[in-house]
This record gives sequence, C-alpha cells and structure tokens, in this order.
Amino acid sequence: MTDKLHINDLENEAIYIFREVAAQFEKPVLLFSGGKDSITLVRLAEKAFYPAKIPFPLMHIDTGHNFPETITFRDKLVEELGLELIVRNVQDSIDQGKVKEETGRYSSRNMLQTTTLLDAIEEFKFDACIGGARRDEEKARAKERIFSVRDDFGQWDEKNQRPELFDMLNGNIDLGQNVRVFPISNWTELDVWTYIENENLEIPSIYFAHKREVFVRDGLIWSHSDFVYKDEEEEVEERMVRFRTVGDMSCTAAVDSRATTISEVVAEIRDSSISERGARIDDKRSESAMEKRKQQGYF
Amino acid sequence: MEVLKIATAGSVDDGKSTLIGRLLYDTKSLTEDKLEAIERSSKQKGYDYLDFSLATDGLVAEREQGITIDVAHIYFSTNTRSYIIADTPGHIEYTRNMVTGASTSQAAIILIDARHGVIEQTYRHFFINNLLRIKDVIVAINKMDLVDFSEERYHEIKADFQKLVVKSDYESQHITFIPVSALKGDNVVEPSTIMAWYKGQTLLEHLEKLDTKDIYNSGKMRFPVQYVIRPKTAEFHDYRGYAGKVYGGDIKVGDEVVVLPSETKTKVKEINFNGKKYKSAARRSSISIVLENDVNVSRGDMIVKVNELPKIEKQFTATVSWMCSKELTAGTKYILQHGVHKVLAKVSAINNKIETDFSGIKNNVNSLTMNDIASVSFQLNKPIFFDSFKEHRTNGAFILIDSQTNNTVGVGFIK
Repeated sequence: MTDKLHINDLENEAIYIFREVAAQFEKPVLLFSGGKDSITLVRLAEKAFYPAKIPFPLMHIDTGHNFPETITFRDKLVEELGLELIVRNVQDSIDQGKVKEETGRYSSRNMLQTTTLLDAIEEFKFDACIGGARRDEEKARAKERIFSVRDDFGQWDEKNQRPELFDMLNGNIDLGQNVRVFPISNWTELDVWTYIENENLEIPSIYFAHKREVFVRDGLIWSHSDFVYKDEEEEVEERMVRFRTVGDMSCTAAVDSRATTISEVVAEIRDSSISERGARIDDKRSESAMEKRKQQGYF
Repeated sequence: MEVLKIATAGSVDDGKSTLIGRLLYDTKSLTEDKLEAIERSSKQKGYDYLDFSLATDGLVAEREQGITIDVAHIYFSTNTRSYIIADTPGHIEYTRNMVTGASTSQAAIILIDARHGVIEQTYRHFFINNLLRIKDVIVAINKMDLVDFSEERYHEIKADFQKLVVKSDYESQHITFIPVSALKGDNVVEPSTIMAWYKGQTLLEHLEKLDTKDIYNSGKMRFPVQYVIRPKTAEFHDYRGYAGKVYGGDIKVGDEVVVLPSETKTKVKEINFNGKKYKSAARRSSISIVLENDVNVSRGDMIVKVNELPKIEKQFTATVSWMCSKELTAGTKYILQHGVHKVLAKVSAINNKIETDFSGIKNNVNSLTMNDIASVSFQLNKPIFFDSFKEHRTNGAFILIDSQTNNTVGVGFIK
C-alpha cells in the first residue's frame, strides 16, 4: 500500500466532473478528435471510473480532411482501451445537401462540423457531450460553464447562462436539450502538455517536429495537401514543423519547431510567445469568430 | 500543479482590468498575438494606452458596452503555481456574479481607487468576501500615482477600511493592504521605487507566498458519494467502489465511519485511485473507497467519521443570494442541491433582507428580487446532512433549482 495520496487540483476537478456526468445523465458521449485535449480527457475518464470501463462511447465528427496520422492514432487508442467509437462524417452532411462545401482561398470544413454534430446528437439522443475545450484558449471560451446548456437547436445562449457555484453542477435539463461538458475548462495549454508528459501518454506524431511540405500565407504555415486551397503563386517548401493544435488540415497552421520529444515540446510551450489559437486559421475570421460559431452550436 | 483561485470585482474605472493586465504582462503571461490584438483594438478606439480590459471582456455585448457582465476566467502561472482569476463586475446589479466568482475562490482582491477611498462598492465587495468566507483578502489601493504616491492617503484609506473590518464576524480572515499603481506597475509584480515608505510585499509576492494548505478552511471530513463503481467483470466481480471527493479533512484506511442517512457503522477498507491502493487521502482528492461491510450506499449518501456527525435535518435557515429575475416568495417549492444530493424544498419564510453595505437588515419582506441577499427558512421533503457554512465551506452550501426552467436560481449558506 502506498502512503498518502495527493492528486493535483486540476485532475481532482476533472475526475469529479466526469463522475457527475455519469451520475446525472442517461446518454453521455465523449467527443474525441484525436487531438491532445481529447486524449487527456480519455485518460482522466479512465481514472474516474477505474476498475470499471468508461461508461460512455467516444464520438468523432470526421471532416474527412483530418491528418491521416490522427485517424490512425484514434483507431489504435480505441482498440487498446476497448472503447466504443462512433464516427459521423461531414461528407455525408454535404451529400445529403444539408451543408454546402466552402470554396476559395480560406475554405474549410470546420464550420460544417456543427450540422453533423447536431444531427448525431439527435440520432443517438445524447444528453451530454463531453469536450476538451479550455477557457484559456479563447476569450469567448473563457465565459463557458463546465455544464453548458444547449437548447433544442443546439444553440448557446451566452447571456443567459446558469451560474456555477462551488463545485455543484446542475445537470437538470428539459427533454431535447443537451449539455456540453468541459472537464478541463480550467487547464491551460501548458497544464495539458505537462499532464501528457507526466502520464506518459501517447499522442499523434504530428505534434512532434517533422519535415513537411508547407507554404506560407498571411504569416502562417499551411500544410500542402489536396484539402487545402493554394494559389498558383504560393510556393511550396519543405520545413521542420510541428502542430500545437490539431483541427483539420484546412484550419490548422503549423509552427517551426525542432521539438521531437515531449519534454522538448513542454520546454517550447513554456517559452512560446504566441498563443495556441494564434495558429488557428478559423479564429482569425473576426474578433468574435468563436462566439458566433458557439452560438450556432459549434463546440 | 497547485492552483490558486482569486476573485476580483470592480469596474473599469477602478483600474481593475489594468491591474489584471499588468499582472499578466509582468508575469509574461500575455502572448505576443494577444498583446497585438489588444494594441490593435486600443488604437482603433483611439486610446493612447493599452486597454487590458479587451483581454478579459470576452463577449460582444461586453466589448460594445465596455463593461464586464459575466464571470470571466483569466489564467496565468509562475514557477510557484497556477493562478485563476475569477473576474466579475462590481455594481450592485451584478451581486450574483460576484457571489458566483467568490464561491470558487480562496483569495480575493478588493480594489480601491486612491482618489475616492472607501466607497459603497467597497462595502459590498468586502461583505461578499465575508459572506463567502474567503480566507485571504487583499485590499489593493490603486491609482497611487494620481495621489502623488502619498503615504498619508494610504493610511487614511487603510483606517477607513479597518472600520469595516470591525463589523465583520470572520475573525480568521486575513487582510493585507497594498498601495499600487497598476498603470505604472508599482507594487503589482515589481516593488515600487517611488513608494519606498511601503515595506510590505508586492501583490504577486503576497500571492506567491500564500500557503494553500492554510487557505482552505478546514473542517470535519465529509465524503459525499457521487457514483457507485461496479465493474461486474470477472476480475472485479463483487467490487463496489464509492466514488467521490473528500472534503474538510483527510480520510484513512481503518477509519470508523457512518453512512448517512442509514446511519450504518462500518470501516474504510480501501482507498483507491487509478488502480493503486493508498493508506490515506488528503482533502479535495477525487478517490473511490471500499467499505468493510456490505452496506447499501448510493449517490447522495454521505460517509463521515463516527464521532463527527453533521446535522441531519429537514428544516433550517440559510442566507440566500437570489440570482433569478423571477422572484422568490414564501411557499414556493424548489429543487435543492446540496453537494451532489438533490431534495425538494419549500420556502417556509423569508425572515429578513440583508443589506450588502453592512447597514443592517430589513424586516417584513415578502419577496426577493435578483441580487437580493436574505435570511430564508426552508422545509425539505427529506433530510440533508449538513454543517453550518461558517464551519464547513462546502458542506454548508447549497443551490436552488427552479423545477420548471431547471435553472440555478439561487445559492444558500446554512446558518
């Protein structure tokens, strides 16, 4: 038997939230993108329910424009942990005529995910969707609750949110409503990386420095790929890069990096002078880009 | 990583956003792109200084009106620990937001504009910090640059504030006064060279030296059961783990405990976390425990030590902070959530309204409107297992849920 247990505050809080979800909801689901935040969530969920299995499935809303490394990683993790994975494709929403593919220079399927997600929530009657959003990422997210209620249309009413007092979480909802749950709300990017390092978690290879064909636009490094629009005159070059955040290829920019191990990544983040979402092309659309997307039901 | 949560309240005029911005800037927590965004917006608005409120006011409506409506969370860290600032507006119509922000915090910063001294808003901020039992309060006397960094002015304000402290009933509360200029950076992170007469710590120094073991109010050990873990696998066939968070004090293997409400006595057999067994767990740990005897325990039950029983009652009086535009009236029923335990509650009486400026109480009140604070008596359908809020910051608090809208409409602190 080991001596006295001390768990760090953020982990305690996240585990507590996971248990509240399992106790207060009938059909929760963990939204899993294969990114570092959702990998962290899976680890925390394992700890929350051990020795029982995680009592809910994972779901990936696949834009079809993901980095192949992420998908390989996703499938491996699910198999190793014996979890159930649901995949719903943005391509299907496009084929059904529910959303229209964006065209042009800044086209991305990021916005289109919302429709696919809301349809899946309705299809499976999920009442709680657990996600890895963090308040330090972006200022609209800084206002998010831990249990964030969405109406029948999946919309966020940011001016009329439930107050959250002490650690009491009110999961009461009407039929048709659902709750978005953010167990790592209070973690920063560095907290996530430190946790990944301490827990020795495996993450997709694109988080580490590697050689990649890229081109530079508006000061950001874009991946050269079939899914990313590129002007004729935009020049492709090979560079040592890594990704700090993993959305799909059309909305995630790379950063120059030499960090090939987790401790090098942590050291790099510590010294970094650019915020994580500084490399998210989707946030650059306007100052309130995130708030608008969230109102419509985006994660 | 250790985390310290700090509540701030105030308006743009107090220089609150400037103070937070200064903390972020001087601890190098503002990244280049965020700083550039602030510079861009400040310029657009025609300011010749950096408007740090743009970093904290996240909603469009807030940026339009230049005010903070909601609780915003701001993160920064040093080599010592991580900090979370729960930033709320300071006006009376945002009392509920201030209460919410303070509820998760262990320390608070009360800002005073050195030109105006202690004003009505100061009374309210201190009142709320008292009500919520915030153990460490920092009174930052800001804009010292606008009163010529006057030591005399600092002492004058300090003396005025001490008159408030006399009215408080929270003796173990720790209060520190710091003269600062957020705009110029004096005594926020860097010590002031101009105010050499001030020998105390800077704001950040004070935060860094706070002992977080000390800052949580201790109390008796309470273990509310959140969830029952039953793997039902071959390996763990008969395993029943009670998952929850430890509050107030430590829990040890071998502790003689009582399960409430059944009042069954048993012992703690195992303390488990992530596949490992431990001899004891510190308060605030999210663990699961196995009991010696096969007793029936479910969510909402509470495990406590034998000689430390809480009150087990169906009626009590509490100080309520009302948070809903629909009024609270006597006779109305609500869902009462005490920790993870939900019961039905009826308002049996509104005893009196409490003024948030220490000016006393108002009798003969028929209803509570949003932001009111009042003494309210409740009758429950089932008993809850509670301590008074003054003795136990977690086990003495509850929230009220409107059974029609499902919204959280109020919070209560049991007397």
